[in-house]
Amino acid sequence: MRNFLIFLAGAAALLALPHGLSFSQQEILVFLTINILLVSSYRLLTLTGEWSLGHVVIMGVGAYASALLSKKLGVYVPVSILLGGIISALLAVVLSFPLFRMKGFYFLIGSFAAGEIIRLLWKRFRDPFGGAKGIKGIDPMPDFSIGIYDFDFFEPVSYYYLSVVVVAACLWILWRIERSPVGLTFHAVHWQDKLAEASGVNLRAYRTLAFSIASGFAGISGGLLAHYIGTINPNSFDVEVMVFVLTWAIVGGTSTFYGPILGCIVLTVLNEIVLRELGFEQMRPLIYGAIMILSILFMPKGLESVVQKIFSRRAKP
Amino acid sequence: MLDLLAQTGLNAVYAASYISLIAVGLVLIFGVMGVINFAHGELYMAGAYSVVLFYSDFELPFMIAVAAGLLFVGCLGLLMERTLFRPLKDNPLGGLVASIGFLMIMQALASMGFGVRMEHIPPVTQHVIEFSERVRLPMARLFVIIAAVVLLSALWIFLKKTRFGWALRAAAQDPEAAALQGISINQTARIAMFIGAGLAGIAGALTAPLVSVNPHMGHSVIVTAFIVIIVGGVGSLEGAVIASVVYAIVHTFVTTFFDGVIADITGLSLMLLVLIVKPTGLFGSADRA
Repeated sequence: MRNFLIFLAGAAALLALPHGLSFSQQEILVFLTINILLVSSYRLLTLTGEWSLGHVVIMGVGAYASALLSKKLGVYVPVSILLGGIISALLAVVLSFPLFRMKGFYFLIGSFAAGEIIRLLWKRFRDPFGGAKGIKGIDPMPDFSIGIYDFDFFEPVSYYYLSVVVVAACLWILWRIERSPVGLTFHAVHWQDKLAEASGVNLRAYRTLAFSIASGFAGISGGLLAHYIGTINPNSFDVEVMVFVLTWAIVGGTSTFYGPILGCIVLTVLNEIVLRELGFEQMRPLIYGAIMILSILFMPKGLESVVQKIFSRRAKP
Repeated sequence: MLDLLAQTGLNAVYAASYISLIAVGLVLIFGVMGVINFAHGELYMAGAYSVVLFYSDFELPFMIAVAAGLLFVGCLGLLMERTLFRPLKDNPLGGLVASIGFLMIMQALASMGFGVRMEHIPPVTQHVIEFSERVRLPMARLFVIIAAVVLLSALWIFLKKTRFGWALRAAAQDPEAAALQGISINQTARIAMFIGAGLAGIAGALTAPLVSVNPHMGHSVIVTAFIVIIVGGVGSLEGAVIASVVYAIVHTFVTTFFDGVIADITGLSLMLLVLIVKPTGLFGSADRA
């Protein structure tokens, strides 16, 4: 009963959230919701101990696939987003053959190279990827009505509701995967790889599985993004965006499910709302960089460690 | 056709010189500190901006501006060592993130101080060596080639023949054993950071009149440097130099005969191929990863 009430209160809060905000803040809220899915999917990959620098490009694969499917083949938009996710996951399986010959630092650089190659291919081939200018006029999500509320997807509020539902569903699946035996094996692959291998776990297969699931959800977040902004180009998925994802994960901490989400929310609010409203427009990258350095120096276990400390202190006395 | 080949070859030699200056610095820092310095491209940019400041704004002689760039960027390296890499010694991912943060700060400072637009730098010399009608080498490019040869030879002698060099290589191979022999790890780290950053700074300073100087110029440089150090083997200085030459030849020729994007794809594919076939690089050893 108590859990149900918390769930209800949370849902009401999410429903009410956009109405107190300005138009541009509502748009940021949509991006934030999509980015939460992106960073949570990234965490699933880091469970196996591998840090990729190609995750945002994989998100872009989903975005390009969904945009092209709906534009060229006329696939119904929600279906095309799902197909975009599946294509990203399949591409990850293909990429895993060269990439999982490497580990650690080499995987980091290898995934970066693979991502850049994909991005340069988008840039080079005007047909069908649109070259450096990318794809414009991507079909929006079709409007529909559920009786009490008319969804008009040019309005950020409507798109926010849609993405909250999609992202919440995806997060629930990610959560279930992590709690399942498969998810526990991911942990084992990271922390006890020799032992896991000795007890018959196929390390390579589990790494590939984590990589493709993470990529699939990244692809879905890419599809959500593409059909909202309506135009994508190779620079929307460059390494600078990847740096943001990496920072959210590291500042938030990756040992808990909520860590990266917390990092994403705190840093986005700080960056987009606080610094922009205060008029530090030009100094934003500077302050952002300083926050990155300070948090890694003084809070190496991330924001989640702070949260854990607060809660454990409250529980003790 | 022969003219075109000769000209492209000259361009490749020039590209190899400044790439190897940057890559050797990156390898040196990785070898001694064990961190990948993502902000290395921004050190290169800082070198270029010191030429903008001292040479085109204050109108000092070019050589003094280059020396100032070397000193300034070397000191930036010392600053990074003390404030970022030393406290984060046991946290390789932390060093990476901190250097990304440093990169963002440097870019922001450059665009606040100088604006985001491309800087115009008056040419140092208009002199061009003409081998034939269509094969020519501008003097400014020759400077870069000479500087790379001289500096890299000096570095080689320093590392192989002096006591400091011995200590530095020992610290790179096994920090703990080196410390037990009485080598100060912090001292060698400072020297490595100063040299590594200074090399990037001097490369930026010397090429400043030849490239477009802007706050984001470090990005393409760091990608190139990564490709080179992976192909050459992370931690191998000789490998970095040889890989710079190989990469410069491949990239220049593909750019001339196809186009720039295809050349970038070729370079990245080369790196991916090396990672797949021999992840430790062509000249690297497996002990440092």
